[in-house]
Amino acid sequence: MSDTAAKPRPQFRNIGIAQIAKYRLPLAGKLSILHRVSGALLFVCLPLVILPLFAASVASPESYAQIAEYAGNPLVKLVFLVLVWGYLHHFCAGIRYLILDLHIGVDKVSAQKSAGVVFGVSLALTLVFALKLFGVL
Amino acid sequence: MADDSQNFGHTRLVVGAHYGVIDFIAQRITAVIMAVYTLVLIVGILVMPSFSYENWKALFSFHVGALPLGQILANLFFFALAWHAWIGVRDIWMDYVKPAGVRLLLQVLTILWLVASVVYFAKILWSI
Repeated sequence: MSDTAAKPRPQFRNIGIAQIAKYRLPLAGKLSILHRVSGALLFVCLPLVILPLFAASVASPESYAQIAEYAGNPLVKLVFLVLVWGYLHHFCAGIRYLILDLHIGVDKVSAQKSAGVVFGVSLALTLVFALKLFGVL
Repeated sequence: MADDSQNFGHTRLVVGAHYGVIDFIAQRITAVIMAVYTLVLIVGILVMPSFSYENWKALFSFHVGALPLGQILANLFFFALAWHAWIGVRDIWMDYVKPAGVRLLLQVLTILWLVASVVYFAKILWSI
């Protein structure tokens, strides 16, 4: 504690908006920021998109059928897909964090590996949903 | 502190109201509740004879005897969601918004947003 004043310590500032594109985050860093982005997205869309959809899906057979009608629009399909990706990413990345909190896989190599697994699983599940949505499956 | 190598456990100088620890734990417990409910829903969808309005509605309105268990589970899930989202969104404001007044305003709006969502969800759920 005696030499804190003597030598200037290196400073690590937050990333500025202008640096975002050229700042090379490791895979776990990308997962982390997308965890935050997907959480914020779900928060904003909750009463605006998700709850009205849920209301229509359970209210009556007619309103349920109407969702399928709206989903014929590719733009609506895209909204569904983004929201489902957001939930799946947040879900899978969240489980990784819960495991990390148990002090499992905290070393650099396993953490990078588990970040890759999360991207693999969440994107694969999103793809399955997309194939269902676009009527391929 | 006499010994820096023992900056934890009962020798640590403890200060504050521990609300950070409570939030940390609450965020994780609510996450587990939501994850379990999500898996229950997915299993429910997979074991459906067919994906129809009646079966979908039943996921959220099935009864066990006189007990509206479907609604109760969904409502518990949503309380967990609102609490979890409050902690997460408040963390975002604390990380990026420094002026105290603006931050307070955003936090109040966040609470209103989430409480309104809870009320809206409960209304949809209990009118099934």
